[in-house]
Amino acid sequence: MKKVLALLVAMVVATSMAFADATLINGAGATFPYPIYSKWFDEYAKANPGVLFNYQSIGSGGGIKQISAKTVDFGATDGPMSIDQLTSAPGRIYHIPTVMGAVVIAYNLEGVTKGLKLSGDVLADIYLGKITQWNDPRITEQNAGVTLPNSPIVVVHRSDGSGTSFIFTDYLSSVSGAWKGKVGKGTSVNWPVGLGGKGNEGVAGMVKQASGSIGYVELAYAKQNGLSYASIKNQSGSYIEPSLASTSKAADGAAIPADFRVSLVNSANPEAYPIASFTWLLIYKQIDDHTKGAAIVNFIKWAITDGQKYAEDLDYAPLPSNVVEMIQKKLDQVKY
Amino acid sequence: MIRRDTSDIVFRRVLAVFPISILMLVAGIFFQLVSASHLTLNKFGFGFLFHSTWDPVAENFGALPFIFGTCVTSFVALLLAVPVGVGAAVYLAEYAPPKVSKTISILVDLLAAIPSVIYGLWGIFVLVPFMRNTVQPFLGKYLGFLPFFQGPNYGVSFLSASVILAIIIVPFIISVSREVIMAVPSVYKESAYALGTTRWEAISDIVLSYGKVGILGAVILALGRAIGETMAVTMIIGNNPVITASLFSPGYTLASVLANEFAEATTNMYLSSLIEIGLVLFLVSIVVNILARILIWSVTKGPGQEIK
Repeated sequence: MKKVLALLVAMVVATSMAFADATLINGAGATFPYPIYSKWFDEYAKANPGVLFNYQSIGSGGGIKQISAKTVDFGATDGPMSIDQLTSAPGRIYHIPTVMGAVVIAYNLEGVTKGLKLSGDVLADIYLGKITQWNDPRITEQNAGVTLPNSPIVVVHRSDGSGTSFIFTDYLSSVSGAWKGKVGKGTSVNWPVGLGGKGNEGVAGMVKQASGSIGYVELAYAKQNGLSYASIKNQSGSYIEPSLASTSKAADGAAIPADFRVSLVNSANPEAYPIASFTWLLIYKQIDDHTKGAAIVNFIKWAITDGQKYAEDLDYAPLPSNVVEMIQKKLDQVKY
Repeated sequence: MIRRDTSDIVFRRVLAVFPISILMLVAGIFFQLVSASHLTLNKFGFGFLFHSTWDPVAENFGALPFIFGTCVTSFVALLLAVPVGVGAAVYLAEYAPPKVSKTISILVDLLAAIPSVIYGLWGIFVLVPFMRNTVQPFLGKYLGFLPFFQGPNYGVSFLSASVILAIIIVPFIISVSREVIMAVPSVYKESAYALGTTRWEAISDIVLSYGKVGILGAVILALGRAIGETMAVTMIIGNNPVITASLFSPGYTLASVLANEFAEATTNMYLSSLIEIGLVLFLVSIVVNILARILIWSVTKGPGQEIK
């Protein structure tokens, strides 16, 4: 018993000594990029033993609130902060894109395992409850050669507030005036029709089980779970299958403003998948603690360059090179 | 006369701290909920309770569909769970051989310890397909003339949520009711047998009558659990804020909307309305508890006090 106790004490002392001279950086926010962030923190800490990261994936809303209250050193969000939120923060906050994600339209139709094509306005009308049957002429005319059943469309959406819903409703608002006027965009909205599933797994579970259903999930989740997903008509009129490459294209050639607070849905790039978005880290322009500031900036510089190679393994789309250059310039303005 | 001593007084005072701290905890929660939801309390007033739109984008909030969902699912769950729970308790306490009774009781206590997210996952992958393919078509076919069993059949529904709630609360009812029934003094039962009653008569007239209050207590405990249950219900109720007579329809509960939307609520009005949902949930549980107590009092004051 005494030996065990001595061993425990030794371990506690040893770990506290190991942590003693390391800089601890606290962050909180979005759940969507959590897997890639933890991978980065892990890899970065291996190469730079002096820095330790602690990230709580409490949701984008929580991330924005905590960085605004300065209870964390950085925040993370899937939807950009509003002007109101930015002006009420105690300092200037920078949005730094880290990786890109896509939202795919998963469906379950007997006999149609792949290659369903949908345009944005049809998708919006399905989610508005205006198109209710799979053999509606507006769907069949886009899918020549595919037999679509005369069965009702079971619409599934996320019930929990999420960045995925934000990207999806942002897209619907950009392609459909009716959607923008009646529903709008947000992490939770007042859905006109449909069933709510909790989380990606809830939506995917319902779509997998119910024949004739349609739902939206993150690209990574759809790929890892073998769901069928639709090709979506982009702004140039081509039907684009969601992939990491076609997601990255959404930011490639798009007009990216200097503050990076930009929606990438419905990109003008002819090869881009239209339901894509950045996910952002939130940091202050003026970081009070010099050591922490240096550590955060160096970490982000590493993440957007060397770190990007870990993205594809985890099904995130890497940033295009023009965006990486812009971020590097932006980071030079951060003071610490 | 009990011998009095300072140690006794100190002991009594120290003990009194504990119940007072419970009171302060409840009051503290209540005041915190009220103060954090003052934005919506001011804006919507009592209309919040009777308004049925929930639109976070336009910041227009009403709690009625959630109140409805919480009440319906808890009530239907009790309808399903009470007969099963009390029946099982009677069997375990009165009929089952001791070995069987002990084994099953251990299993029941084990059921009570399963985290509700496990029930929820089981609900998504097993219960919902079973409800959609078997139970709901059957009910629709034979009881479809009732408004409760009409409408489109998605599998996720008030009914599925009620069934999962019933499964979650049944162990509580069995466990407590069994203890209550076993506590009935055997001299009563023996007297009944001596008077020539059958076993059934002894159980229904003597045992259940004697244990009525305890069993109702078990039901209230279960009801409290059903009203507050969050994760399992959220996963299979369909999360659609509607008010309808059909149990096949997807619905929404107070606890579910909190679990779903709190993490990503960003604006102050939105947060305030979610906290007010919490306040409503708090009040609903208090009201339901009071109603249940009144029920118990009316039963115990009635002819059931002494053995019929």
